[in-house]
Amino acid sequence: MYERWNDRPGANKRLALRIAVLGGVAVALFGVLFFRLWDLQVLSGAGYLAEAKNNRTREFKVIAPRGDILDREGNVLVDNRTSLALQLNTQKLPEGPAEERDELRRLGGLAHMSLRKVRRTIRESEEVAAGAPVTLRKDVGYDLVYYLEENQRRFPGVAVQRVFVRDYPDGSRAAHVVGSVGEVSEEELKEPPYKGLEPGDEVGKGGVEYTYDRYLRGEPGLTKIQVNALGQPTPGGQLVSRPPSPGDNLKLTIDPDVQAAGESALAARGLPGAFVTMSVHDGELLGLGSFPTYDPTVFTEPKTQAQVNELYRDPVTAPLTDRATESYYPTGSTFKIVTALAALEGKVITPSTTIVDGGKLTVGTQSFQNAGGASYGALTLVPALEVSSDVFFYELGYDMWDSGQLQRWAAKLGIGKESGLDIPGETEGLVPSRSWRNQLFKEGETERPWSAGDNIQLATGQGDLQTNPLQLAIAYAALGNDGTIVTPHVGKEVEDAAGRVLKEFDPKPRRKIKIDPAHRTAIMEGLHQAAQGPQGTSYGIFGGFPVEVAGKTGTAQRPPHADQSWYAVLAPYPDPRIVTVVTMEEGGFGAESAAPAALQILEAYFEKHASSVSASGTGLAE
Amino acid sequence: MMYASRTRQARPEPFAIRVGLAERLGLAHMDWPLTIATVALAAFSVFTLGQATANDVPGSPHYYVDRQAIYGVLGVVGMLLLTRIDYSRFRELRVGIYTFLCASVSLVFVFGFAARGSRRAFEFPFFSFQPSELGKLLLVLALAGFVIDGARRGSARQRTVRYLCLGLAPAALVFLQPDLGTSMVFVVATLAVMYFGGVPWTHFAVIGAALVALIALVLVAAPAVGVPVLKGYQEQRLTSFLHPSEHASGAGYQQNQSVVAIGSGQKTGRGDRATQTRLDFVPERHTDFIFAVIGERYGFMGAAFVLSLYALLFWRALRIVTLSKNSYGTLVAGGIAVSLLFQVFVNVGMNLGIMPITGIPLPLMSYGGSSVIATFLAIGVLQSINIQARLSQRGRFAW
Repeated sequence: MYERWNDRPGANKRLALRIAVLGGVAVALFGVLFFRLWDLQVLSGAGYLAEAKNNRTREFKVIAPRGDILDREGNVLVDNRTSLALQLNTQKLPEGPAEERDELRRLGGLAHMSLRKVRRTIRESEEVAAGAPVTLRKDVGYDLVYYLEENQRRFPGVAVQRVFVRDYPDGSRAAHVVGSVGEVSEEELKEPPYKGLEPGDEVGKGGVEYTYDRYLRGEPGLTKIQVNALGQPTPGGQLVSRPPSPGDNLKLTIDPDVQAAGESALAARGLPGAFVTMSVHDGELLGLGSFPTYDPTVFTEPKTQAQVNELYRDPVTAPLTDRATESYYPTGSTFKIVTALAALEGKVITPSTTIVDGGKLTVGTQSFQNAGGASYGALTLVPALEVSSDVFFYELGYDMWDSGQLQRWAAKLGIGKESGLDIPGETEGLVPSRSWRNQLFKEGETERPWSAGDNIQLATGQGDLQTNPLQLAIAYAALGNDGTIVTPHVGKEVEDAAGRVLKEFDPKPRRKIKIDPAHRTAIMEGLHQAAQGPQGTSYGIFGGFPVEVAGKTGTAQRPPHADQSWYAVLAPYPDPRIVTVVTMEEGGFGAESAAPAALQILEAYFEKHASSVSASGTGLAE
Repeated sequence: MMYASRTRQARPEPFAIRVGLAERLGLAHMDWPLTIATVALAAFSVFTLGQATANDVPGSPHYYVDRQAIYGVLGVVGMLLLTRIDYSRFRELRVGIYTFLCASVSLVFVFGFAARGSRRAFEFPFFSFQPSELGKLLLVLALAGFVIDGARRGSARQRTVRYLCLGLAPAALVFLQPDLGTSMVFVVATLAVMYFGGVPWTHFAVIGAALVALIALVLVAAPAVGVPVLKGYQEQRLTSFLHPSEHASGAGYQQNQSVVAIGSGQKTGRGDRATQTRLDFVPERHTDFIFAVIGERYGFMGAAFVLSLYALLFWRALRIVTLSKNSYGTLVAGGIAVSLLFQVFVNVGMNLGIMPITGIPLPLMSYGGSSVIATFLAIGVLQSINIQARLSQRGRFAW
C-alpha cells in the first residue's frame, strides 16, 4: 500500500532532492520571466513606446452589394455588377496649391477629365458629403489600376475601389417599378430610415428601390488595417474585419409575360400611355408600365446633355413620369361603372329601369350628345353599357347632380384618392364636386359655380375628372371582387440569398364597400356585352377571344390634345381574377388603340393560365 | 476536541461534511497565503477585463467582466467545497475519474461545439464547458492514484511505460481536438506525477531524448516526407517566435505586437492611453494575451505584481507537497503545482515573446469559465491536502 519512500516525505532524502530541484527550476523560470519583463519594460520600454505610438490603423469600409430585384417567377430585373471606381481622398492632396493643381491635372489626364471638370466634381461632391472620398470616375479599367499601383507615390490620396453598380439585364423592363439608386443626400442622412449611413452610400431613390430600401441595402463590412507612418499598409497587419452582409433580395408581384406584353403593346403604338394589370383579389400588380420609358442604366453612369434633356426637359414625352400612377387623366366612358353603381345603389334606377336615348340630352341652353351622333332608343342598363350610350348616363348624372351621390361613390371606389401603392409618387387626382367648384368660383378661379352640366360630364368620365389607370383598375377590381378596395402593391416578399423567405407583403385591403349582388351582376353583364356582345363597343377586338371577359372602352376628351383611348377589362367573366387598364394619349377611340393593347396583355396572361381557366370554366384564385 | 479527533481517526469518512467546530478548523487549516494569491489573481483579472474590454461586445460593456466575476465566485465556492473533502478519497475513485476524463474529452468530438476549427467544448444554454480544462486536474488525481497503487507491481521500466501510456492517452485525445496547448499541459502533468512518484532519473533522460527526437520528427522530418502532423497554423505558431521578424504576418506579427504592448507599458503603464491592447493590435486580449494588457496598462509594476502572485502561489503549492501526510497527496500536489507553473511560464513567456504561441490560458487571469473554475478546484485540492496534513499533525500531537 505504501510507497517505498514511506509516509513521511519530509524525512525522505530522495523526495527532498526532487522538490529542491523543482524549486530550483521554478526560481530559474520565474527569474527568466522577471528578467525579460525588466528588459522589455524598463530597459527598452522607451523604444517600444515609440513603436506603439507609430502603430496606426486605418479603417476601410467594404461596400455590401444591394439585394437583387426579381419578378414573381424569380427572373432578375435588377442585380449588380462590380466596377472599379477611381476615388480621391482630398485631405491627402499635396499641401501647396501648385502641387495640388499638378496632381489634379495628372489625375484628370488618367480619368479623361479636364482640370476644370475634376475641380467641379470635387466641389459638387464636397457639397453633398464633405470629407468623404470623391468618386472621380466609375468603371475604370485594370490597366489604370496597375498604373496607379506602380506610381502610388505620384498620386497621394488616390485609390481604386471595387464598387457595385446596379445592373439591368433587360434594360428598361419595369423601369418605373424598380426605380433607381443614388447617393444618399444630406437631407436624407438626417432622417431615421437612413441612420448609420455615411455620405457616399447608395440608397434607393425611386420605385421599389426606395420603398424597400431597408431590405435591399445590406450592411457594409469593415476592415481595419495597420499602417505605418507613411500610411502604407503593414504586411499582415490586417487587424479586424467584419464581412459585409449583402442586402436581401426583393421578389415582386410582376409577372414577366404580362409585363413584357404590356410594354411591347405600348411601344408598338408609340403613343405616350400606360397599362396596369392587377389581381382583383389581393391587389398584386402583375404588370405596370408607362411609355415612353427609359433604361435605368443611365443613372449608373455619367449622363450626356442630350440624355439629360431627354429625361428631364421634354414635357411631352417625359419618360421618367409613370403614367400609370403619376398622371391626371379624364377616363371617358370607362368611368360609367362608377355612375352606374352610384345610380343603382342610390336607388335612382334599378337594373330594369328604361331610359330613352334620343341622341342628346338638353339641359337649359346646353345640349349633350352621344359620340358620333348616334341614338339608341329605349335602353336598360345592360344594353346602355354594351353600346356605351352617353345619353343614358347623362340622364343619371343629371338626376344626381345635386345629391353628391356620384362623388361619394367615386370616392368609395378609390377614384381621386391615393391608393397606398408601394411605389412613391402616385397622384391623388380629382373628382369634381359642388364644393370644389364653388370654392374655386368664390376665389375667382373659374367663371361659374357648380352646375348640372358638370355632373353630366362627370357621369361619362369627361370634364374636370382627373385620375390615373391605377385608380381605375382598383375601382374595376372592387366591382370584380364584390366590393373590396384592395391595396395595390408590387412587393411580394423579401428573400435571403439562399431564397429563404424572410418577409411576405400582403397589405390589408383599404376597405370593404357594400354592393347589391343584383347590381353587380347587371353591371358585369353590361361590361361583358360591351366586350363580347355583338353590339358591344369592343366586340371587334374581344369578340373572338376564347376567354369570357367584361371590358369597357373609353374615349376621353382632352383638348387641345386629340382624344385619349382607354380600356378597362375584368377577366375571366363572371368571376374575374385580374383587371387590366390601358390608356394611350391621343389614341382615339377606346377600341382603336387601348383595347387591342389590353387584348395583347390578356393573351399573354391566359396563355400561361389557360389550363386553370378551361378546367374551372370561371376564374378562381390562383 | 481530543475525542472528536479520535473518532475521526477511528472511522474515516472522507466525504462526510465536518460540522461545528471542525468546520471552522477546516478554514483555519487552509493555507492562507495560497488562498489570498488565488483570489487576488482572479480579482485582478476581473479588474483588468473591466478596463480593457468595455468596447469589445457592442452594447454590453460588462460582458466579459460580469461573466468572469461569476466564474470567479463559482470557483471560490467550488474551492471551499473541495477543502471539505479528504482528497484521499479521490485515490479510491481513480478508475472512475480516469474513465470520466477520457470519456469527456472524447465526447467533444461527437457533441462538441466547434469554434475556429476545433472541437473543445460542450455548448450549454448559458455557458460552455471545456472538459480538457477540468481534465488537467482529473488526470493528476487519477494518475497519482495509479502510481501509488502500482508502486510494487512490475519492474521500474514497466511502471514507467505504464504511467506514460496512462497519461499520454488523454493527452493524445486532446491533441486531436485539436488543442495542442492543453495536450502539452497533460503531458507535463503526467511527467510531474511520475517525477514525484520516484521514476528514476535515467528514465527521464530517455523520455527527454525521445521528446527531442519527436519534436525534430514533427517539425522537420515528417513534413519533409510529406506527412504533416501539426496543422500549418500550429507549426507556424510554434516556430515563429524563433524568428519573429521573418513572420511579420500572422503568428509572428501577433507576438511582436504583444511584445511591443508590454514594452510600451514601461515602469508604470499607459493606463487608458494604452493603444496596443485597446486598438486590436494584440489579438485575444481577454484570453491568451491578457498578460500583454496588464503589461501595457499597468507597466512593470502591474506585471511584476502579477508574476509575484504566481510565484507566491507556486511556492505555497510546493510547500504543500512537502507537508502532505501521505504519498498520494505528495503526487497530487506536485502534479498540480508543476502544471500551474508550466501554464504560467508558457503563457507569460508567449506574451513576452520568448515562448511559442500555444493557446495555453493564463490560469485565473485569462477569461474563460472552464479554465478559471478548474484552476480554483485544483487549488481546492491543494488546500485539502494542506488541511489533512495539519489535522493529522494535530491529531498526532494530541495523541
